[in-house]
Amino acid sequence: MSTLRKLCIRVAASVIVILARFVTAVHARWQGTAPRTAQCIYYANHCSHGDFVLLWTVLPPVLRQRTRPVAGADYWLTSPLRRFIGRDVFRAVLVERDRSRRDNDPIAQMSDVLDAGESLIIFPEGTRNTGESRLLPFKSGLFHLARLRPDIDLVPVWISNLNRVLPKGEVIPIPLVCSVTFGAPLARVAKEDKKSFLSRAELALQSLDNGGSAAQNAS
Amino acid sequence: MNESRSDLLLLLGGVAAVLVLATIIGQWLAARQRHGQSAATPSAAQDSPQPGMSVVDNLNARINAWWAMVVLMGLAFLGGKAGVIILFGFCSFAALREFVTLTNTRRDDHWALAAAFFIVLPAQYVLIWYEWYGLYSIFIPVYGFLFLPILAALRGSTQHFLVRVAETQWALMICVFCASHVPALLTLDIPGYAGREVLLIAYLVVVVQISDVLQYVWGKLYGHTRIAPKLSPSKTLEGAVGGILSATLIGALLWWITPFTPLQSAGMALACTLMGFLGGLVLSAIKRDRGVKDWGHLIAGHGGFIDRMDSVLFSAPVFFHLVRYGWDVS
Repeated sequence: MSTLRKLCIRVAASVIVILARFVTAVHARWQGTAPRTAQCIYYANHCSHGDFVLLWTVLPPVLRQRTRPVAGADYWLTSPLRRFIGRDVFRAVLVERDRSRRDNDPIAQMSDVLDAGESLIIFPEGTRNTGESRLLPFKSGLFHLARLRPDIDLVPVWISNLNRVLPKGEVIPIPLVCSVTFGAPLARVAKEDKKSFLSRAELALQSLDNGGSAAQNAS
Repeated sequence: MNESRSDLLLLLGGVAAVLVLATIIGQWLAARQRHGQSAATPSAAQDSPQPGMSVVDNLNARINAWWAMVVLMGLAFLGGKAGVIILFGFCSFAALREFVTLTNTRRDDHWALAAAFFIVLPAQYVLIWYEWYGLYSIFIPVYGFLFLPILAALRGSTQHFLVRVAETQWALMICVFCASHVPALLTLDIPGYAGREVLLIAYLVVVVQISDVLQYVWGKLYGHTRIAPKLSPSKTLEGAVGGILSATLIGALLWWITPFTPLQSAGMALACTLMGFLGGLVLSAIKRDRGVKDWGHLIAGHGGFIDRMDSVLFSAPVFFHLVRYGWDVS
């Protein structure tokens, strides 16, 4: 990769972090876990395309370089700018969500990245949650990945308020204070079936949504 | 201007000396706590404003934040009118961001909120820059008041409409309109005081903030009669009276940086600290209603911008108008 391109990527990364902090004043809350240097799988709620940007912004810079978000190829490959941000700046692991167009297995893609020693950010709801419910039912990907790599910690991460900053269909972001809450790693239970694993994972994530906004009362 | 600058440096030097003393005491307390565990009794841990943080740690975090705030203010003062307007414009932005976060606004307020942040806020400070008193003193109370609900209505949702538009207006009034009256002090035309207006800002901020600190200190030392246990459990009658009176005395002693006589200066300080105290109560009531302890987290040990600015927000317009009607000749 050329030096110029590397420079562009670094500048773009800094600009994105500064913008994210300007609009959201995002802060991290480490509940029941400290920032960990060990490799892990962060799994988070998904309301906005900016979710992994916020999560990435609050990670200590050392960890940022070793953490890659998993994102939908259908969104991040559709324009040159998105491709640059998604693939080059965030080094996203781009997965094909449409089964009929897949030529490689997303779970295999993810475990390859883990085997290379890097951490992952995944959104087990599979799509953005734009409705009233706090969390959509998890897809089974998290379960399969967890079973394939039983030694890697699963850290739940609750991202609050970002859906109010830029609701679907709006162009101008509204500055609002956002927070990213990291919970204790999910305990591993031997031979647990898919359903109980996923509901345990959902519960661990939802339990982090405490300090959220008092604001949703009226809506 | 030279005289103004030397007065300003003298004042900043005095503030720095107080902070050096506070830092030394804070570090001494922290060292004592580390060695003898006597200071870290369970009751000290219960008082702790943040879990896992002792009173002394919180005190030191506050002192460090004070250093940062004093340095920023000092730089803004040296930058003159532009520096002060930019500083308070940013404070308004940060405060509005915290305030709107706690409101009931929803998707249908998106246009109104975008206009509040990106049109109304900058416009208010531009008007201050051009010293257009006739417009900046009614821009938000009249035109913001009329046009932002129109933007919200055009989106079509009626649910909680009055609550939502009222909250947006209140957010702008407190975070932008009130805050902008601090840099507006620079636009006053006071005979024999030309070029020294920045000292009025220094006077207001020092008096109001020292009153907050002294209320805290008097409250910790002698406080036991709670004034408003529901609103603000830490506010006591002894703390309020002691803090307000001692800050009034300090205000009187600062008469030399103002156009006031010592007696007038005491009266001004009393008005500002009373407004500041009452403003703190009002903003606490909003926090309690929303179930939060602090407005934000950006100023370590203090909470958010609004937590630190609450008393300045309430006193600034009153101080501005008292000076304007009493001393301004334009």
